[in-house]
Amino acid sequence: MTVFILRRVLQAILVLAITSLIVFLGVYAIGDPLEILLPADATMAERAQVAASLHLDQPLPLQYLNFVSSALQGDFGRSFVYNRPALEVIFERLPATLELVTTSLVLSLVIGLPLGLWAGMKPGSLTDESVMTGSILGFSLPNFWQGMMLIMIFSVWLGWLPSTGRGDTGTVLGLHTSYATWDGFVHLLLPALNLAMAQIALVIRLTRTGVQETMPLDFVKYARARGLSERRILFVHVLKTILIPIVTVLGIEFGSLIAFAVVTETIFAWPGVGKLIIDSINMLDRPVVVAYILVIVTMFILINLIVDVLYSLLDPRIRSRA
Amino acid sequence: MSETLLEVRNLKTWFETPKGTVKAVDGVDLTLNRGEILGLVGESGSGKSITGFSLLGLVDPPGKVVEGSILFKGEDLRAASNKRLQALRGDRIAMIFQDPMMTLNPVLRIGTQMIETVRAHANVSKAEARAMARDALGMVGIPRPEERIDAYPHEFSGGMRQRVAIAIALLHKPDLIIADEPTTALDVTIQSQILSEVQKLTREMGMGLIWISHDLGVVAELAQNVAVMYAGRIVERGTVDQVLDTPMHPYTRGLIDSLPMENDRGQPLKQIPGNAPPPLGRPEGCPFRPRCGFATDACLSEPSETGDLSRGWRCFHPLAQEVTA
Ligand SMILES: Nc1ncnc2c1ncn2[C@@H]1O[C@H](COP(=O)(O)OP(=O)(O)O)[C@@H](O)[C@H]1O
Ligand code: SF4
Ligand SMILES: [Mg+2]
Repeated sequence: MTVFILRRVLQAILVLAITSLIVFLGVYAIGDPLEILLPADATMAERAQVAASLHLDQPLPLQYLNFVSSALQGDFGRSFVYNRPALEVIFERLPATLELVTTSLVLSLVIGLPLGLWAGMKPGSLTDESVMTGSILGFSLPNFWQGMMLIMIFSVWLGWLPSTGRGDTGTVLGLHTSYATWDGFVHLLLPALNLAMAQIALVIRLTRTGVQETMPLDFVKYARARGLSERRILFVHVLKTILIPIVTVLGIEFGSLIAFAVVTETIFAWPGVGKLIIDSINMLDRPVVVAYILVIVTMFILINLIVDVLYSLLDPRIRSRA
Repeated sequence: MSETLLEVRNLKTWFETPKGTVKAVDGVDLTLNRGEILGLVGESGSGKSITGFSLLGLVDPPGKVVEGSILFKGEDLRAASNKRLQALRGDRIAMIFQDPMMTLNPVLRIGTQMIETVRAHANVSKAEARAMARDALGMVGIPRPEERIDAYPHEFSGGMRQRVAIAIALLHKPDLIIADEPTTALDVTIQSQILSEVQKLTREMGMGLIWISHDLGVVAELAQNVAVMYAGRIVERGTVDQVLDTPMHPYTRGLIDSLPMENDRGQPLKQIPGNAPPPLGRPEGCPFRPRCGFATDACLSEPSETGDLSRGWRCFHPLAQEVTA
């Protein structure tokens, strides 16, 4: 296990080094931030002064080396726009996004698992057909359109839920979260549901297929032959078996949810990193873009590691091999 | 001890498939007493497993028990509710499957699966159930049961896993155990160890045991009575001695001839010529006809059972008469 983790850490460092180089080059190629930061009528002297203060006058390799050496000390530069450390700007926004993403994952399980089990138990029934049709809509309709429909139905027509912003937050166990207040919680629901749409559809399908593949297996018949109730067979024997692939897939989806959060955060004016990165790209705020991508890549790597560990915890056959 | 435990009459279990009706079990009669071991033998596909599942009401669709009666201790199981069957399964009637690697749930500990079986039928605490499970493991010869109970199925060898399955079957001291080829996957030494232990346990507990196997040799070693199954029917029945010493049905003769013998080691085994008929293309009349060296025109109609439920056969030209004639 130690060797395993050590190898993963080395891999992670390599991936981060390569990513930082690519991102740095990519961002450098997008355009000149001076065009945006300075008023159109700025003098050459002013330009030179600002460029020097942002180290934009140095040759590219030197800029990169400077970036790497300060990054190794935890300094990812200052945001051109906010004039604060880039990491600070990101970490300030990150909890809102993580809260949104984790809530979506929980929603996709809470909604997707029961529907998938229900459909899987009665293949070909009306229930099954309706659930599957619903899940096709969840997959195929554009996410932003689903978001607008959610706003139409729940905010405009029914008036049940607010459609923009994060609402009041509070502190629970040292975490700054929307769950602390009712207002924060209701603000969270619609964006989380919107972000969860495709995941709900995915969980429904994985669960339904899992149930249908598992029910004919010998161990289910044997469980019946031992006189176990159908409920125990479904919720312990079958569910535990199909949770393994579902958790794996959801773990991998965690990363893409953070990416998709960009759309949801824009529609619902959710103050997370997704919205931040869109703004930063528009403003050519290089340090924030670079730091954002490196933070996201690091999270991807961590998530994959956690998924692997979870996977082995759920599946004893893999656990004993490790 | 000769109390009748199970009486099966004219059991028919059919599968409606798009291509036609598969008559997997087609008119089976069985009788089993307490303390008796009955061997159910036949080639693969002859309907042995489906017979076993039919008794427990565990035939999966599109299969269905369409006819016959199953009397277990006088109770008609075909008329029993799902709830009643669930209460009987694993408690009064236990089943052991062919491959415990496939039948024990790989993601649950042995202990979990034993405890849930105990608690499905007995109102006891988890700790009591665990103690019962541990004792059952010890009884079937699993070393260090206290430790092994927390292991997962894949952490056991094939032989040990089969012992676990036997331990699970014994948890509630059932009246009847249906064992479906439980030692087929094991090597010969372990197989005969398990056989003699099963024999002992059956005798001590006064259970009835139906031992399903394609191997007449195993059945001869273990059982008192044999029923030979072919294409969904019992084609010959009797005590082990009767059936092995004076087989009446040419198919039984073929099974005996294909057993490996001490004195002709090194010679190829005699196989019954031909293959079992496909379930949807069974010949008219006696289903064994295409493979039978004794077939005549009489065999174009179906032979009914001669004899009774202790000694009987289905053949127009039984071998022993052929010999005495
Ligand atoms: N789900 C099914 N659909 C159609 N036919 C089936 C099904 N399950 C079993 N059968 C048929 O039932 C017959 C008996 O099967 P089985 O009892 O498993 O044989 P055995 O245990 O003697 O090897 C086989 O010929 C098989 O083709
Ligand atoms: S009835 Fe005829 S075909 Fe069938 S086993 Fe007897 S002799 Fe052979
Ligand atoms: Mg079988």
